[in-house]
Amino acid sequence: MACTCNAHNQEKYQQLDAVIAEYIDQPGSLINVLHKAQGIFGYLPEEVQAYIAEKMDIPLSEIYGVVTFYALFTTEPKGKYNFNVCLGTACYVKGSGKILERVEKELGIKLNETSADGLFSIEACRCVGACGLAPVMTVNGEVYGRLTPDKVPAIIQKYKDLEANN
Amino acid sequence: MEMVNVIIDGKAVEVEKGSTVLQAAQKAGVHIPTLCYLKDVNAIGACRVCLVEVKGAKALQPSCVYPVSEGLEVHTNTAKVREARKAVVELLLSNHPADCLTCVRSGNCELQSLARQLGIREIRFEGEKNTFPIDDRSLAIVRDPNKCILCRRCIATCQKVQGVSILGTINRGFNSTVGPAFMHPLDDINCALCGQCINACPVGALSEKDDTAKVWDALADENKHCVVQFSPAVRIAISEEFGIPMGAISTGKTVAALRRLGFDKVFDTNWSADLTIMEEGTELLHRIQNGGVLPQITSCSPGWIKYCEHHYPDQLDHLSSAKSPQQMFGAIVKTYYAQKAGVDPATIFSCSVMPCTAKKYECARPEMNSSGYRDVDCVITVREVARMIRQTGINLAELPEEECDSPLGVGTGAGTIFGATGGVMEAALRTVYEVVTGKTLEKVDFEEVRGMEGIKEATVDLDGTPVKVAVVHTLANAKKMMDKVRAGEADYAFIEIMACPGGCVGGGGTPIVNSLTRTILPTDYRAIRGLGLYEDDKNLPLRKSHENPFIKAVYAEFLGEPLSHKSHELLHTTYTPRIKYNLNWNK
Repeated sequence: MACTCNAHNQEKYQQLDAVIAEYIDQPGSLINVLHKAQGIFGYLPEEVQAYIAEKMDIPLSEIYGVVTFYALFTTEPKGKYNFNVCLGTACYVKGSGKILERVEKELGIKLNETSADGLFSIEACRCVGACGLAPVMTVNGEVYGRLTPDKVPAIIQKYKDLEANN
Repeated sequence: MEMVNVIIDGKAVEVEKGSTVLQAAQKAGVHIPTLCYLKDVNAIGACRVCLVEVKGAKALQPSCVYPVSEGLEVHTNTAKVREARKAVVELLLSNHPADCLTCVRSGNCELQSLARQLGIREIRFEGEKNTFPIDDRSLAIVRDPNKCILCRRCIATCQKVQGVSILGTINRGFNSTVGPAFMHPLDDINCALCGQCINACPVGALSEKDDTAKVWDALADENKHCVVQFSPAVRIAISEEFGIPMGAISTGKTVAALRRLGFDKVFDTNWSADLTIMEEGTELLHRIQNGGVLPQITSCSPGWIKYCEHHYPDQLDHLSSAKSPQQMFGAIVKTYYAQKAGVDPATIFSCSVMPCTAKKYECARPEMNSSGYRDVDCVITVREVARMIRQTGINLAELPEEECDSPLGVGTGAGTIFGATGGVMEAALRTVYEVVTGKTLEKVDFEEVRGMEGIKEATVDLDGTPVKVAVVHTLANAKKMMDKVRAGEADYAFIEIMACPGGCVGGGGTPIVNSLTRTILPTDYRAIRGLGLYEDDKNLPLRKSHENPFIKAVYAEFLGEPLSHKSHELLHTTYTPRIKYNLNWNK
């Protein structure tokens, strides 16, 4: 979830200012700025896009067009633990569709959704470069390979336990 | 200019280097069908309707973006070309609602014309259709993305002509659509509601909010006293809706038609344009004499006002406090006129016919109720009034010329030119000159403030005092001027700003001029309409606002003098700072 703490938010905008300052004189650098902004905020909400629009003097409609064109940009906050199921060719023929279904069922949310408590979200991708381990899923970058649907609940439990112990 | 020789369909033609095949074809008298192309606004090769065979090229090429080169040989009418164009349009139709019979653009839809031109008799491709929500929340503009063919003409217009960039492409592939960022309703954002996007749209994806039903209801209501005003530009623009040549004046016929629709009184916004000059001109003199905020900027164009409130909220004190002619008229109808005619203002239905979509929004602004009632009850555009006239079976072209009713029915030539860019300035100068100098202005034509140049400047000699003025049209040019004003670099006394290209004659509520017509007309259609207004001005017996006897009467009988207490109450207004974007980080 986005931090609502003002000081923390201010810090993020200061980081964004530095990114914009780095790219402002380079034509065609909007995608770089958006990419880094998403790294800072976790997603690209309206106020972040509007901020970039104002600071870079680019129409908000154009920025929103770029954000919605590229699948890697998201306007929704990601969960603290982001499940990314590979639906690339190798994983798909090895049954990653069933993995995704099971993740959705166990977490009670659909693809591209975030759970109400902000802990979990599900995404799909088109190859993580680990086809030898297909079907593959990552959670916050940690790779889980040679999956079967029945292995999914234990992985989810791991993150629930982690959260409970925090 | 370097020239190149090309051959279009066997015909040799010499064109300027840098031209496109489409332009060369036009010069050769060959009309290549287009869809996403809009002269001077959009040439992006997106729709592929203008495909042609270029000798030596592997694939068919879009002629609107393909540059000419020496010896280029092009065929625009081969079987391969015809089949390709047909397939392109069929694919567009496969994801387009086939509701032509009831569509607002039926009869002047460019997609419909293309389907007819290409002989499409069935839609071979059946598949998924987009279902996007319709945005009909604003008072001025309706957006139906399901009818959108993604030509991007509206986007280019909003971005390049108006510089506001409300519209953009959203998503990708089959889910692509056109709309404002975050799909916000136009109502909620910094859209000026100028309606230029409607004029650019080839189909029914963008249209005016249709208020004709409200007007019919009022006309049918025996207890209502229905009063109508029509603006300067309407008398020109309406001609095209009824087959009268572009730029021809139809004042008398418009009056006759409105009377036949059932209005109790038909009045002329030219009258209140004259009233605006009295108030705004006097305000200007006051500002000059008393060290007020200068430059003073005109406030007739509600699209411009809304733009200024969103984008230059710190500069609102430059705006003349004078209401627009429409709103002055509304306030006077329910006070002065009601008293004079012995009509209860509560029963008056005050309608206005405008070349403008933003006027629909203006009349609903909360402060526009100084008569004690809503000053103007309903605004319909030229397109809507033409629709109403057609519904009655009347052909406006065949009607006799009739005169407006008294006392708000006489306007001067100064009022009539309000409809063209530079007109308000010229009208103001005619009056201000005579008021300041006490002399008669011999040459009433101020040629230097006329014409289609984006920003015009002039210095007028008021008996030894030079007064610098500027005239601006389109919001993109307004931005340039306002940046100067904000920086304190605009050393003008008075600036006229109109939101739409060419002024009101190019308004978002005027008849839609399709892409082909725009291409083949010898000059900008808004310039042609504007010249019609200057012709009207030349032929009117009175050409200075302060000479209008009915303006003199309203001051003598009711208002007192310009900027009197009563004038301030009824004819002047205030503005509201608004936000450009919803910036939470700003708070």
